[in-house]
Amino acid sequence: MTPSDLLSILPLLVLVVWACALLLVDLWLKRKGVTAFLAALGLALTAGLALAQAGEETTAFGGMVALDGFASFLNVLFPLSGLLGIAVAYGYLKRMNIERGEYYSLLLFSTAGMMLMAHAADLVVVFLALEFLSLPLYVLAAFARPRLDSEEAGLKYFLLGAFASAFVIYGIALIYGATGTTSLSGIVAAIEAGSLGTSGLLLTIGAALFLVGFGFKVAAVPFHMWTPDVYHGAPTPVTAFMAVGAKAAGFAALLRVFVTAFPALDADLTPVVWVLAALTMFVGNVVAIAQTNIKRMLAYSSIAHAGYILMAFVAFGNPATRADAVASALFYLVTYALTSYGAWAAVIALEKQDPSAGSGQAASGLEINDFAGLGRRRPALAAAMTVFMLSLTGMPPTLGLVGKFYLFRTVIEAGQVWLAVIGVLTSLISAYYYLRVVVVMYMREGAPETTREPWLDFTWAVSALATVILSFLPMALFAWASAAGVMGF
Amino acid sequence: MDFTLLLFFLLAATAVATALGLLLSRNAVYAALFLVLNFATVAVFYLLLGAPFVAMTQVTVYAGAIMVLFLFVIMLLGAEKLPKGEALPWQRPLAIGAAVILFAEAVYLLVQRVRLTAALPDPGTWENSMESLRQMAGMLFTDYLLPFEVTSLLLLVAMIGAIVLTKGERAVRS
Amino acid sequence: MSIPLSWYLLLSVALFCVGLFGVLSRRNAIAILLSVELMLNAVNINLVAFWRYLDPARMAGQAFAVIVFAVAAAEVAVGLALIIAVYRRRKTVVADEIDLMKW
Repeated sequence: MTPSDLLSILPLLVLVVWACALLLVDLWLKRKGVTAFLAALGLALTAGLALAQAGEETTAFGGMVALDGFASFLNVLFPLSGLLGIAVAYGYLKRMNIERGEYYSLLLFSTAGMMLMAHAADLVVVFLALEFLSLPLYVLAAFARPRLDSEEAGLKYFLLGAFASAFVIYGIALIYGATGTTSLSGIVAAIEAGSLGTSGLLLTIGAALFLVGFGFKVAAVPFHMWTPDVYHGAPTPVTAFMAVGAKAAGFAALLRVFVTAFPALDADLTPVVWVLAALTMFVGNVVAIAQTNIKRMLAYSSIAHAGYILMAFVAFGNPATRADAVASALFYLVTYALTSYGAWAAVIALEKQDPSAGSGQAASGLEINDFAGLGRRRPALAAAMTVFMLSLTGMPPTLGLVGKFYLFRTVIEAGQVWLAVIGVLTSLISAYYYLRVVVVMYMREGAPETTREPWLDFTWAVSALATVILSFLPMALFAWASAAGVMGF
Repeated sequence: MDFTLLLFFLLAATAVATALGLLLSRNAVYAALFLVLNFATVAVFYLLLGAPFVAMTQVTVYAGAIMVLFLFVIMLLGAEKLPKGEALPWQRPLAIGAAVILFAEAVYLLVQRVRLTAALPDPGTWENSMESLRQMAGMLFTDYLLPFEVTSLLLLVAMIGAIVLTKGERAVRS
Repeated sequence: MSIPLSWYLLLSVALFCVGLFGVLSRRNAIAILLSVELMLNAVNINLVAFWRYLDPARMAGQAFAVIVFAVAAAEVAVGLALIIAVYRRRKTVVADEIDLMKW
């Protein structure tokens, strides 16, 4: 280990040390607002350091981690998503009587795990990063205890997560057996040397198990069953953080490993990914129609969006479209992160503790019908929510349209026109349930009680503005994502 | 018949039998004890393979610490009973289907297609000696330094998580 | 005669499938967690066998196996804490009553 090793993962190190220190400092802090502020400061510092690293390309720790465009792009995205995670949680935790300092430390640890995932250039690190980002999330999902649905969400998320990581690690073990190494560059070298012989099949099985395990993590059909219950039961700010961060980290791992190590398995894996993407888009969008609860609806919407991002993977095998595949997937992740955080913030604004139920009971204000009359009561919030719904559908003038455009273009360039057609058709289906929320907000009478909290209002307002404004100048963002599409390791 | 071969079959039979025992027992304590037995059997495999450090870790950490924690929790909660007929009607056939298909496929692939013929390399002088332990330690603190440090963080997070989840509820204002 | 590598892999697959079956068919959270441990155990057999047969000079496979131990320990700690938390309030860890399988 040399100082340059440490320097190359400096943002990650700073965040980990900050999280540990925060854990201690919190013991002497009476006001948890200070803890929240310190956590946010740490994340901002991390994002700044990661931004300063842009353009560097190196590997460190004997090839275990890589610093390249891909890593530094995601290393800015993850702390920012953590910042929004704190902004939506701050008032909520107080309101729901679950304000404890560990929330912020755990969120910081989870963000650090995601950043490690972005850096990973070795399957051992991929596995450890997966665990490192998941363990805090299991705890956070159960954070609203003694609320029963939250504890159950935590347990369910944990059991499915442990099951999924068993698949991932079994896959990694087989890949190790086939190639004799776990480093991504070593795997490529072994494949290119052509010495695999019959154990090439072992490699394919390993890759398939790896895909199954991460299929659970990013909530792709048919590995999505846990998603609605967990998203529904977990405290809403945690759901927002989970929906954005864990999904993005899962896709980061898949992108990195598929694009750098598995292009040779293209012929075997592309059909599998094709079917997964089509199924995920279809099931996610169709089942979402039947939901009456906004959290469950957004959970199915999150499943459907995993399908859209999976579409980009059909282009991973072709060297001509590979960089575009990564760039459009990353661009869509940013789009989804902004929009989804905004939508969850709006849900949090309407959520309240059910006064009729005991202290151990669930929250109320989460039915889609509870949005009735929001257009009159809170015009700005309703307008923002309309923007998010339009963006999730992929309609102008929002970033969602641009993101889908890039995705479909990549898919068509890869020659998979039918998959793009399925994507467009399922987007049309999704318009039905997204626009229903808009109709309920403006056309139905009602008197929703909403919460006004400065940070929450800040989140949805900024997300809505960014969703609209960035849609008019997407080139800068896309150029940055394209720079991230080039992976060195 | 060769002694190692006999040993292998005996151990493999024990490992599978204890795994099935875990599956079929209706008492969580028995299930956990079957798993302890399974782990101990697998530890002997590691010795056969010439990995004494992993074998000892398996016994102390896995069969020892982790499983004792399991037994402790089961008995603390009084949750020994695993009720019969617990599965949903569609669930058991599905599970059997998934497991059997996967197993059959794996056997077919391994035996018919993959044909791993790697010969057992000669046991060097390092086998079952202090030298292998030294190499192992060297590996953990050079090539695997970063993963090693991340595991320590992982254990820290697990500790915080366990405390957050089980801390008395008085800490929560309600 | 020495034992072929594929026998170890077969043993590992067998244990993995038993664990898989356990996770899918059981609804008691403790039984599910025990089955997951069995699956991780199967992974380690693979790792050590691959190390011994393919790459005995480097200790990578063994080091990986040790890391899997540590991860399993961390997972179990969090999992059992969750089980205790749910059990305290529910007096059950049977997953159907906690809606685990309401997929």
